Amino acid sequence: MDAFIVGLTVFVLALFAGFEIITKVPPTLHTPLMSGANAISGITIVGALLAAGSERDPVSNWLGLAALLFATINVVGGFLVTHRMLRMFRRHSRQDQ
Amino acid sequence: MNPALINLGYLAASALFIAGLKGLAHPRSALKGNVMGATGMLIAVVMTLLDRRIVNIQTIVVTLALGAAIGATLAVKIRMTAMPQLVAVLNGLGGGASVFVAGVGLLEIQHTEGSPLHHFTAAAVLSGIVGAVTFWGSWVAFAKLQALITEDSIRVSGQQLVMFTLAAVAGGLGLWMVFIPSPYASYWLVVAASSLLGLLLVLPVGGADMPVVIALLNSCSGLAASATGFVLDNHVLIIAGSLVGASGFILTQIMCRAMNRSLIDVMAGITPAGPSSGKAEDIYKGRVKSGSPEEVALLFDAARRVVIVPGFGMAVAQAQHAVAQLAAVLRARGIEVEFAIHPVAGRMPGHMNVLLAEANVPYELLKDLDESNASFDRTDVTLVIGANDVVNPIARTAAASPIAGMPILDVDKSAAVVVVKRSLSPGFAGIPNPLFADDKTIMLFGDARDMVQAIVKALKEA
Repeated sequence: MDAFIVGLTVFVLALFAGFEIITKVPPTLHTPLMSGANAISGITIVGALLAAGSERDPVSNWLGLAALLFATINVVGGFLVTHRMLRMFRRHSRQDQ
Repeated sequence: MNPALINLGYLAASALFIAGLKGLAHPRSALKGNVMGATGMLIAVVMTLLDRRIVNIQTIVVTLALGAAIGATLAVKIRMTAMPQLVAVLNGLGGGASVFVAGVGLLEIQHTEGSPLHHFTAAAVLSGIVGAVTFWGSWVAFAKLQALITEDSIRVSGQQLVMFTLAAVAGGLGLWMVFIPSPYASYWLVVAASSLLGLLLVLPVGGADMPVVIALLNSCSGLAASATGFVLDNHVLIIAGSLVGASGFILTQIMCRAMNRSLIDVMAGITPAGPSSGKAEDIYKGRVKSGSPEEVALLFDAARRVVIVPGFGMAVAQAQHAVAQLAAVLRARGIEVEFAIHPVAGRMPGHMNVLLAEANVPYELLKDLDESNASFDRTDVTLVIGANDVVNPIARTAAASPIAGMPILDVDKSAAVVVVKRSLSPGFAGIPNPLFADDKTIMLFGDARDMVQAIVKALKEA
């Protein structure tokens, strides 16, 4: 139960941090925020790696590999497309200065 | 490798995620923020691979490479107008990954411990439910956005009863699993019921409500990751998931507020129908003035301040480059140009901003609802491109209208209004727009891109 309470503490604190940070994101960046946050939610990739690499049984491995494929597309696609969008935004701030 | 070191790596990753999201507070620091986030992810992945529990590394590397190739191709090839579709797919994949990982986690827990602890099972069930809803809901959203199925609200009789039943089955079975040792297959039954629920949840949502759904699914993909973190007792998953959950939730709230609708109404596909807004013919008959691009060019020529209001129609017509060119031509003549962007313009939060950024419009010119509304009364010409409900003055006046109380852009307060639109057909709310019949409004009927290009041509020739 202790591990659960520690986890819950971390969860709630991160939630507050998230609220504080995200409310400061201007509407103009809401699309990159979504794709970027989405890439971060691909953190499940860590769990997928552990599952795909576990020695326990083949079912775990196959499920883990499926999760790994999904999560990798999520992570790589998310960060790259966010990068592509944000580069367009920064290009203009340079031009105007 | 030492578990403490691995956990320190995860801590560094979490810190980078938070700092990275903080960078998104300004377009200048945003790019660096995104790189920080990606670095955090890389650290988390490398730390996990260094974990001595990882075996069969070849298959893992191949899968990683395959996923990276697919993800990179999607990210590079996608058109900016199709960004909502891509985000929907990525949300779904995140949710799907959580379902599988929680499934494995549950299996391992059941193997190692005779009677698994309640909270691990509960977290796994939660991850399965939220993840499955996100996965299938996102595919429906994708199909709607890609016009594979109709964008209209799809409702069948008894749908709500079926949905309640499915939710009860998933929740009840989940609770049973938590308290009574049950076969592993029950987890997949929960997932199956939640999958159907996800499909039925998004089907009733209409096209213009998509920004809300995409934001909500975004939030869910984060919460699913967080729940998976509880299953694995892994803090980096809990933190990252919780950040994304908060982010999606805030965006959902902003979108709902911008439409003056509750989340429940949006999800149920309910548009409060009201007969009081009047018949289209009564409002439009004999009052609508149709103009030509040349007339509009003359109007612009005499203006000192112009505001452009883009809507989903601009995205459909791929008109962002033409619009940006128009803005550049006007600015070159010393005319002040601004873009007024409604929070729900387009199909996802910030959709219009990304399209205009792609077309090289400086972000300083992009103004939000409040900033724009403060300046319409000193605006000479407002150009509305493919927007309808978000500029409908009925929202301010008719209390019984479906969009009553929705915050709108007060374009009718500017000296003259030009509306580029294909026809007088109503917007998503299904009501006529008195703005089109206003004395100071000129309608330009036609494709947004063709019309804007024609205005630019006329301006250059004049």
